[in-house]
Amino acid sequence: MKPPPFHYHAPTTLADALTVLGETGPHGKILAGGQSLIPLLNMRLAAPAHLIDINRLAELDRVDVDDGGVRVGALARHARVEADRSAAEAIPLLRQGLRLVAHPVIRNRGTTVGSLVHADPSAEMPAVLALLGGSLDLVSASGRRTVAAADLYVGPLESCLRADELAVCARFPRPAPGTGTAFVEIARRRGDYAVCGVAALVTLDDDLRVAAARAAYLSMAPVPHVLDLIEAVAGRPPDTADFAAAGRLARGRLDPEDDIHATAEYRAHLAEVLTARALREAAEAAVGALGASRPDPERAT
Amino acid sequence: MSARMFGAPVQRTEDERLLTGRGAYLDDLGADAYAAVFVRSPHAHARVRDVDVTDALDVDGLIAVYTHEDLTGPMAEPLPLLLPHPCIVDGRTPHALAAGYVHHVGAPVAMVVARDRYLAEDAAERIAVDYEVLAPVVGIEAAVAAEHVVHAGMSDNVAAHLVQEVGDARAAIAAAPHRLELDLDIERSACTPMEGRGVYARWDEAGGSLRLYSSTQTASGVRAAVAAKLGLDVGRVEVVVPDVGGGFGVKIMHPWPEEVMVPWAARRLGHGVKWTEDRREHFIAAAHERGQRHTVRAGFDDEGRLLGLDVEILHDNGAYLPYGVIVPIVTSTQLLGPYKPGAYRVEFRSLYTTTVIVTPYRGAGRPQGVFAMERTMDAIADRLGRDRAEVREVNLIRPDEMPYDQGLLFQDGRPLVYDSGDYPRTLRMVKELIGWEGFAAERERARAEGRRIGIGLACYVEGTGPGPYEGGHVQVGTDGRVRVATGLTSQGQGHHTILAQIVADELGVAMSDVEVTTGDTRRMPYSVGTFASRGAVMSGSAVALAARKVREKALRVAADALEADPGDLEIAGGRVHVRGVPGAGMDLGTVAVLSNPLRYAFDEASRAATQFARPADHAAPPVPEGDAPGLEGTDFHSPLRSTFANGAHAVVVETDPETAEITILRYCVVHDCGRLVNPLIVEGQIHGGVAQGVAGALYERMAYDADGQLLNASFMDFLVPYASEIPPIRIAHLETPSPLNPLGVKGAGEAGVIPGAAVIASAIEDAEGFPVRSMPISPSDLFGLRRRFAAGEIPPLRRAERARGRRANETGEPDV
Repeated sequence: MKPPPFHYHAPTTLADALTVLGETGPHGKILAGGQSLIPLLNMRLAAPAHLIDINRLAELDRVDVDDGGVRVGALARHARVEADRSAAEAIPLLRQGLRLVAHPVIRNRGTTVGSLVHADPSAEMPAVLALLGGSLDLVSASGRRTVAAADLYVGPLESCLRADELAVCARFPRPAPGTGTAFVEIARRRGDYAVCGVAALVTLDDDLRVAAARAAYLSMAPVPHVLDLIEAVAGRPPDTADFAAAGRLARGRLDPEDDIHATAEYRAHLAEVLTARALREAAEAAVGALGASRPDPERAT
Repeated sequence: MSARMFGAPVQRTEDERLLTGRGAYLDDLGADAYAAVFVRSPHAHARVRDVDVTDALDVDGLIAVYTHEDLTGPMAEPLPLLLPHPCIVDGRTPHALAAGYVHHVGAPVAMVVARDRYLAEDAAERIAVDYEVLAPVVGIEAAVAAEHVVHAGMSDNVAAHLVQEVGDARAAIAAAPHRLELDLDIERSACTPMEGRGVYARWDEAGGSLRLYSSTQTASGVRAAVAAKLGLDVGRVEVVVPDVGGGFGVKIMHPWPEEVMVPWAARRLGHGVKWTEDRREHFIAAAHERGQRHTVRAGFDDEGRLLGLDVEILHDNGAYLPYGVIVPIVTSTQLLGPYKPGAYRVEFRSLYTTTVIVTPYRGAGRPQGVFAMERTMDAIADRLGRDRAEVREVNLIRPDEMPYDQGLLFQDGRPLVYDSGDYPRTLRMVKELIGWEGFAAERERARAEGRRIGIGLACYVEGTGPGPYEGGHVQVGTDGRVRVATGLTSQGQGHHTILAQIVADELGVAMSDVEVTTGDTRRMPYSVGTFASRGAVMSGSAVALAARKVREKALRVAADALEADPGDLEIAGGRVHVRGVPGAGMDLGTVAVLSNPLRYAFDEASRAATQFARPADHAAPPVPEGDAPGLEGTDFHSPLRSTFANGAHAVVVETDPETAEITILRYCVVHDCGRLVNPLIVEGQIHGGVAQGVAGALYERMAYDADGQLLNASFMDFLVPYASEIPPIRIAHLETPSPLNPLGVKGAGEAGVIPGAAVIASAIEDAEGFPVRSMPISPSDLFGLRRRFAAGEIPPLRRAERARGRRANETGEPDV
């Protein structure tokens, strides 16, 4: 469990990092938090000839919140994003998801953008980005582009990043007003990758009726999988919406696989149960969010 | 008189050093040593056609590559079969490096030595081994079917076969008013200590001697085995065991292939060589345990009293049998627990498979045996519609029947005779602790909230502290400090604390004046090792006996100097003085000076022992006949038989009706390990044991695929529970002394783990209303059982049906 030989680069400017990355191409690998990369190296499952350590690029260590949403720089650790109050107020789902990312010591080191580009279909943050319809800013020596979450993921541990591209920033857009979110998952042990996880989003219209209901799934497909479930609950007030029907709908659209921790049948069952739970919780949060922003005449009595 | 240390909840003296990073584990030693790495088989079963090292030779820093062809003499022979037993049909053991065949993924094929570990792994990666892949044999079914055999020259996969019988069990069952039969499975698990194995060897060319450091549970065993392999006199081999980061059984196995290869290479190269096991290696190349299938047939009367018990065990021992048949023997005998089985017949077959070897893991066959017996007790209760605790009660051995002879031979080759214990009281206590009687109401309250809860109970008896012996050496220095050595090794249990407690009391000194050394053959060459919960029983007794010898001599020497009668002297606070006259006495250090008549003085204190220092009896020699210089003593404890601790666990679990998640709501332990040397340490042992019991019940299993690949050989996928998965544990102690040793103690190290699978299965079954016959169980497994139950493939528990009927009567509606 020692890594094979590699050349170590520690650029101090983004331009230098991009130059090295451009030169090393497919033989280079970015090192940020290292929570996935270092074990892969130690087990010799990955053997990049060049490691490009971006930990000296202080300009990437930032979390910015504005009307559009939350922008997370490539060096922002999960723990920092999780602790950022204005980020959590803007998008509660960020903190709801980050709390489920492994353990505090891993969140202290691992970066949110690193997790996004690692493209693990069992990871929480890709599901959050996908559910919110966020995007990733990629730069290379030859230019810059923004890739939507829907286009980012190609397969398990595989994204559409080119070898010369560095993900510098993730953009999590603010959900529409009247939106509530929830993140529920079942893992074998606290902090493990979920056997099944569901991030859910419910938007209520001005009449407090369900106007949007979507869920993103972990460990249920090769990439973070987003389902629009509105047809099961459209136009219903949250307390009579048939979230169980939404769960059944979701189950019918998912085709999970067996692994050593769970059968596919159990995963599908959990998807149904957790979808209903997550949507219900998200709807309650939406009601709460609306209640906080304006008085509810019916409840005031 | 200082306060008595024995029985006090003394803080562990080891902890400050270990918890502040000042421990020295195997990998902390030998910074200048070469690093060894082993090329291991990627196949479960294969013939090694060729090992091509050409590419590796280009690696800068490579020192040597060895294969079986480089080994000669005893090194080329198979490793020893440590525990021979007449029931072993064909006892196969591995070679240090593969001799033509590999029989499990992870078997060492070649050894690489390089300047450091990185380079060694680089070189290992470049070694090309040509394998002819052979048919794997994975799992008990495949081993029994013997469509393929693991070892050439055998016609099946049976390594050992043993029948023990007391009375005519099959006739008793046939004649019994009630009979039942159960198939009960336990899957493989493993010790997984935080620190893996490791060996560091230095060869001293001038002295022709070897210094070996190993992360082992037996210094003396490794010493003898390595000396034999290297053709050295044991006097030229020193084994020193540094701090060890956990063992839990796996490190009692010896010598490992790596444990002989490293010293062999160190001698050959004339340079220190070190190997530190990594986590993947520990999963695929150390040892596992637990995998067993049990078929139980029981005959019983209307009260649930066993009349006959017939158990057949199929034991998966993995690729080789170096540790003999200890695990199935322990299951066969300890399965009986605190009960009288009527007539008993037990038969086991130990089977070769192309998987990692099996050696004892904390509990060592008992968790399986207790699972078999306690599931049987629950099944009897369910058949008869009786309370599960009542059925156990009628089968218990009573205190006035002690000592109780079960009529079998135990794992130490001695009779299975229980020395002491109060089993009915243990059962009563655990029922009270968990709230057994009030549980029906608790269940109904939970049901009204839509929650599903269940309660379980399991009893066990654990043979602890087997011989043949352990030794203690106690020496008082001229500085008054007491140095204690015992041969067995410590892996974090707190031996240094409890041995110091014992010696402090025996000698009348402060604990802080006692220094303990374990696992160093330079200090105590005669020893057996740390296993079977024997540290306190064996070494505790040995150091107590040695300290008594020292005390007796101290009183004699001091009496002579003080011109007093030894009977009038006592030792307290490190001083010998006339009883009732604290001023009339001397420090133990002074006594130590006087105990060693000197010709030459080397400091102020030693002047008192020189030949002109004081008047002498010219009619007697300076060292009296039969005496020896120095204030020290050595003694050994060698008990007649093992001593038998016992206990009972009870648990309440909740199972989520939707997600099948299993949550432990409360866990209670009643524990009797005889007299408690240190309740704090005993409770720590219980906590750790319960955690491993929960692990074996709900989390840990070895996921082998049909090709013999271990799919979860990492801590990401082999689920050692975190603290967050372990419930709070309530403990009550009973202290029934053992008559078999001078301290009245019994072992405590393994007890916590033993009833884990049994008690949790019992509670899940109680919550769900259908039988649970296989452990561990995950939420996915429970979900699968629910599906099968709903499909009518699993029968309901009779008591669940009865309860449903009762509720239907009360409410007038069927309960769904």
